[in-house]
Amino acid sequence: MLLVHCPYCDETLPELEFTYGGEAHIARPENPADKTDDEWRDFLFIRTNVKGPHFERWRHAHGCGRFFNAVRDTVSDRFLTTYKADAPRPDLAVLLADASMKEPSK
Amino acid sequence: MTHFSALSLLKNALTGQKNWQAQWPDSQPKSEYDVVIVGAGGHGLGAAHYLAKEHGITNVAVIDKGWLGGGNTGRNTTIIRSNYLYDESAKLYDHAVDLWEGLSQDLNYNVMFSRRGVLMLAHNVHDVQSFQRHIHSNRLNGVDNRWLTPHEAKEFCPPLNISPNARYPVMGGALQMRAGTARHDAVAWGYARSASQRGVDIIQNCPVTAIRRGTDGSVEGVETAKGFIRAKKVAVSAAGHTSVVMDSAGVRMPLESYPLQALVSEPIKPIFPCVVMSNTVHAYISQSDKGELVIGSGTDQYTSYSQRGGLPLIEHTVAAICEIFPIFNRMRMLRKWGGIVDVTPDRSPILGTTPVPGLYVNCGWGTGGFKATPGAAHTLAWTIAKGTPHDINAPFTLDRFRTGRLIDEAAAAAVAH
Repeated sequence: MLLVHCPYCDETLPELEFTYGGEAHIARPENPADKTDDEWRDFLFIRTNVKGPHFERWRHAHGCGRFFNAVRDTVSDRFLTTYKADAPRPDLAVLLADASMKEPSK
Repeated sequence: MTHFSALSLLKNALTGQKNWQAQWPDSQPKSEYDVVIVGAGGHGLGAAHYLAKEHGITNVAVIDKGWLGGGNTGRNTTIIRSNYLYDESAKLYDHAVDLWEGLSQDLNYNVMFSRRGVLMLAHNVHDVQSFQRHIHSNRLNGVDNRWLTPHEAKEFCPPLNISPNARYPVMGGALQMRAGTARHDAVAWGYARSASQRGVDIIQNCPVTAIRRGTDGSVEGVETAKGFIRAKKVAVSAAGHTSVVMDSAGVRMPLESYPLQALVSEPIKPIFPCVVMSNTVHAYISQSDKGELVIGSGTDQYTSYSQRGGLPLIEHTVAAICEIFPIFNRMRMLRKWGGIVDVTPDRSPILGTTPVPGLYVNCGWGTGGFKATPGAAHTLAWTIAKGTPHDINAPFTLDRFRTGRLIDEAAAAAVAH
């Protein structure tokens, strides 16, 4: 079971308290009527589905109830960080450097 | 290559079983093929078999990053059924069941297809209405499926608990008698043997790192751990890793990869005569010929390539199984594992051509690809050979996510996904 850190409650809790909210930083189009079919497809259906560090949303459903974002490695399932929903997208290079410092063996 | 028959069994029995030959060679790649298939699971090997057998295309390589049949083909719960709601799905999955019925003869390899019946349990009013809608829809499509009352269900599957006080009371069930199970490894092995016998190279432990495209945009071949392999046509049949492979060709896919888990119990004497699925509590169970109870769980909530999955799902599934079948309360579970399944937004597969000339794809089977193995492979081979969609796979295009012509089996509920 994953242990997830809620940036609002500032606690690390079992996955069962949380629901997964899909890929993060997908912005709804500002002028939907202007979008082509291709753009709608990309917005609605296309996902990076990355093998490696993945930006994703989680919701602390059985806690504070709030959405937040996370970066998780989809190969190891290890969280690199979690951050509040309105925080900017973190720099992946910095996160990876931090993670490798914590784990010198890897 | 040995032709399996009663006579060959007898002959080898008399010589102490010492003269069996390897059934396929472990091939090394040539520099060029007519067709390269990425992924040596049932679907990829099956496509190679039908390409060789039905279309006379034998200069084919099937390439896998691991060993053949080592991905989801070797990890699923082996259930075969075709009771899907929509016309397009019913045609595709029933085509597969038609092929399953003759597969052992076609391959001269016993895939142990067993038509033991699949019973899908209804636990609430919504289930009852939804399953009956499925049954009506199936009958209009000529797909076998019928309604059982709780007592008829109990008669068909005696270990079932139909007490009205059960946590998940059984209000009836939909039974497809034509459905059942097959030996999953034998499917990969049978297709591999038949394809290789007809001249197909099966290249294992050779990850495909990228698909290379020429200046005109069409496919030139694949980059692999064993060097570049030129190919006129490339078909990607890589399940959970399809997004990664397709991305290297510049095609972004409407897929997300999730872990799906299954587990088996210690082996016991035959007690469970059929397959029972319960979509509401998300558990399904059957008994293998070795005697193990084979139990399937749901997908984890998060995307992952870890081939593990979390224990809460297993706990939930086993709790549901014990409630529906109190007889299994004291069974011990031996092993659990995960496979990575590629899920589309409408829970229907993507099968056929892509925007890239010479590039074909067979993916998006989500949690239910094994049952479709022969049907998907057969129609994909057609599409690769002719360059156009087969009547049956034509609706399952990649383009439907742009046009909006989705085949929305997910919203149709009552289909175990």
